[in-house]
Amino acid sequence: MKNAPDFADGITAETVKEHGLTEAEYDVILDRMGRAPNLVELGIFSVMWSEHCSYKSSRVHLAKFPTTGPRVICGPGENAGVVDIGDGQAVIFKMESHNHPSYIEPYQGAATGVGGILRDVFTMGARPVALLNALRFGSPDHPKTRSLVSGVVSGIGGYGNCVGVPTVAGETNFHTGYDGNILVNAMAVGIADQDRVFYSAARGPGDPILYVGSKTGRDGIHGATMASAEFDEDSDEKRPTVQVGDPFTEKLLIEACLELMASGAVVAIQDMGAAGLTSSSVEMAGKGGVGIELDMDSVPQREEAMTAYEMMLSESQERMLVILQPGKESVAKAIFDKWELDAEVIGHTTDTGRMVLKHHGEIVCDIPLDPLSEDAPKYERPYTPTTPPVRLSPADVAAPADYGQALKTLMAAPDMASKRWIWEQYDRHVMADTADNSQSGGGAAVVRVHGTDKALAVCADVTPRYCAADPHQGGRQAVAEAYRNLTATGAEPLAITDCLNFGNPEKPETMGQFVGCVEGMAEACAALDFPVVSGNVSLYNETRGKGIPPTPAVGAVGLIADIVMRASIANAKDGDTLYLLGDCTGELGQSMYLRECAGREAGAPPPVDLALEKKLGAWVRRAIGRGATVCVHDISDGGLIAAASEIALSSGVGVTLDAPPADLPAHAFLFGEDQARYLIAASGEGARRLEEKAAEHGVTLTKIGSFGGDSVAVDGLLDVPLADLRTAHESWLPSFMAGPIAHEDAA
Amino acid sequence: MKSAVIVFPGSNCDRDAHDALALMTGSAPSMVWHRETDLPAGLDLIMVPGGFSYGDYLRSGAIAGRSPVMREVAKAAEGGTPVLGVCNGFQVLTETGLLPGALLRNAGLNFVCKIADLDVANSQTRFTAAYSGPARIGIPVAHHDGNYFADEETLDRLEGEGQVAFRYAEDINGSARRIAGVMNERGNVLGMMPHPERAVDPVLGGADGRAVFESLMGAA
Repeated sequence: MKNAPDFADGITAETVKEHGLTEAEYDVILDRMGRAPNLVELGIFSVMWSEHCSYKSSRVHLAKFPTTGPRVICGPGENAGVVDIGDGQAVIFKMESHNHPSYIEPYQGAATGVGGILRDVFTMGARPVALLNALRFGSPDHPKTRSLVSGVVSGIGGYGNCVGVPTVAGETNFHTGYDGNILVNAMAVGIADQDRVFYSAARGPGDPILYVGSKTGRDGIHGATMASAEFDEDSDEKRPTVQVGDPFTEKLLIEACLELMASGAVVAIQDMGAAGLTSSSVEMAGKGGVGIELDMDSVPQREEAMTAYEMMLSESQERMLVILQPGKESVAKAIFDKWELDAEVIGHTTDTGRMVLKHHGEIVCDIPLDPLSEDAPKYERPYTPTTPPVRLSPADVAAPADYGQALKTLMAAPDMASKRWIWEQYDRHVMADTADNSQSGGGAAVVRVHGTDKALAVCADVTPRYCAADPHQGGRQAVAEAYRNLTATGAEPLAITDCLNFGNPEKPETMGQFVGCVEGMAEACAALDFPVVSGNVSLYNETRGKGIPPTPAVGAVGLIADIVMRASIANAKDGDTLYLLGDCTGELGQSMYLRECAGREAGAPPPVDLALEKKLGAWVRRAIGRGATVCVHDISDGGLIAAASEIALSSGVGVTLDAPPADLPAHAFLFGEDQARYLIAASGEGARRLEEKAAEHGVTLTKIGSFGGDSVAVDGLLDVPLADLRTAHESWLPSFMAGPIAHEDAA
Repeated sequence: MKSAVIVFPGSNCDRDAHDALALMTGSAPSMVWHRETDLPAGLDLIMVPGGFSYGDYLRSGAIAGRSPVMREVAKAAEGGTPVLGVCNGFQVLTETGLLPGALLRNAGLNFVCKIADLDVANSQTRFTAAYSGPARIGIPVAHHDGNYFADEETLDRLEGEGQVAFRYAEDINGSARRIAGVMNERGNVLGMMPHPERAVDPVLGGADGRAVFESLMGAA
């Protein structure tokens, strides 16, 4: 039986609720503190125990991911994952969501999403070298979609272009399931020397704590607490909960932090992301098993009369917290002076195991640190597994009356159409290491490791309609598709990061989707030796009680030993032979064809054979490494004919496919989305060797057509001029964006 | 060849410029911080790189154009030292008055990043001599404010004097007379929106920018 809660500092049961804490959670606070918390202390507990910081609904399931491997230097738990890429170098990467802010204020929401994920990467000592994004918008018919696309794309570009890190790859979907809740997931990739990777754990008492970067303002103080008038004397002082990004300051911060790290002055470093100064200081002290004392009067402040509560909960952007080697304060200050950034010692580590905050000479917070992490709530939410729909047979889906028209419809569908309008707004070439394959239909981007012949392949993938129909297969497929996209460049898949976007975990059906996806992803990662090294969970993506389609975005990184030996989809030439690697079963359930040409979202998604994925992936990488292929593309959305069209469009050469095999209906052969398949273009000696090696290794390699001419054709079924197909493929998005912007307040 | 790259806070193509110069000239350039009031002696080229100097929250290049180091760059240019401004560097050079005209917001209002087809409008300059005649080349652009503007009289004069070095093969940003790169009267200062330093390595997909550096090497 619990006692009636004790309250102090004007706090009521209502205040506790507004801070997102349950009565049971509040009781734990009372117990561990031995007294009632004041407002600052309550605020700190509330953010540290929030879903965002504590992963309280997801932790038990995230433990299912394989997180280790021979190349993994640091898995989940730090700011980003660290993976060995040889020669004493490491790739450091992570993906994160910025969904809610981007819906409220698309430009700044997306921009600060980019800024935040960059800080997660350079805080570990890496120079950021690539940005990616995974975007989901509502239906094109929804009145807000156009302005959201416009705002999000300019926000991503505005930040990334200015900070000088190329935005090289991404994916964009449209579906009515995201009408009230778009998804903006951003991923950053950086490169560091392995002997200069920095972590966040403090090492012992007596080290100075340095605050660097922008000043602290009242922006981004948690929305739930903002809504309560008791916390502010003047309600006009309330700010929107979306922060404003300053990419110029971020650029200076990157350079200054990397310079500081090179000076040997840094013990530990952490960016101030969600929950700002609170989570950065608590995590650094907690991981190091030390206490921390901060003087709030020393915190650089942008606004007057800020309270300790506001400073601790502010999410002002472009700030970092550094634990310094004692005596190195002047070294640090000189570096930040050069870059004209604030840098103030605001406290030091202690041996008390407590977090003590002083403001105007008084102690305004004194809490034991252990409970903040150790006693953080951890819930095994009840869940109802999703019942997968039945698998469709080709006979369940009508063939198109006009195959050529069906192909044009498919290639112009919002999810399939060229995203040139988007990626031409991103500087993809700054840093002069991007191999420019960012053409329509391309999977992974390739970025050279500066000053070497090595390159990274990077991509972002998930197929939400598969996950919605069957979370388990959908989770497996997201990982498998990323694996194939990396493989198709010739890269050895190294590891993934993830951004798990779901609805309300307190609903058993939603939790069932989450568990299904995580378990499917975990199986695929284990089978493909493709561990998860970092990630982020975004729950409560709901509007008016309706959750988004389950969207576990996968960000993947692979390594190419020699950039000259990479494969691309843009190299097919007149006279090349087109091969299909893998088997055709004609899976039309949840296919793009079914949705776009037959107007249905039905059936089970294609099953994923992980052993086959692994075998074919290794075979493709060997073939590329030996120089036997001209051009490689994985088969995914839209099936074989869409993949062949993407090669033809990117390469600027037509392709003619032989008549479909007799044992499969033509529409199932052309549009089926069976997994574990690649298209390969080859010629001459390379083609001969491919056929020889396929026979030797027992993989199904079928000659299905040849390149040449100026149309995409299938013998006896369709013949679409490449120019027409290109127009259909390229014009949808620019035409859509040229339409009127709805103003919701134009009453 | 002895070269220098000017570095402002917010420059982000300074490393690219450094690497391209090192690759093409065989010796690494000096990197000159914006607060410097002296340039290295005996320079054969000063490069003002791309990026977002001082954040470009004001008009692009406006603050950099008035920075201490640019007074020295202007002096050097007046003394005949070749100066190459790329992208933000071009904007900075128009702000200092070293080049005529101004770079306005792209006509389409959006940032544009693509491989732009260019025509070498004048291959008789110290920046373009290594291009063989009126060549068609592909060089990456990445800018928001690349819409070149000058009054008609100035444009006529630029054309008449052969000061237009590069022209977009098709309109990508609204630039007057599709001007992508323009020189001063004396022919020792070139500003261009496309990035030749991003087009020096065929491994990345194109090397049409090499001839800009080869031209300078030949002239030095």
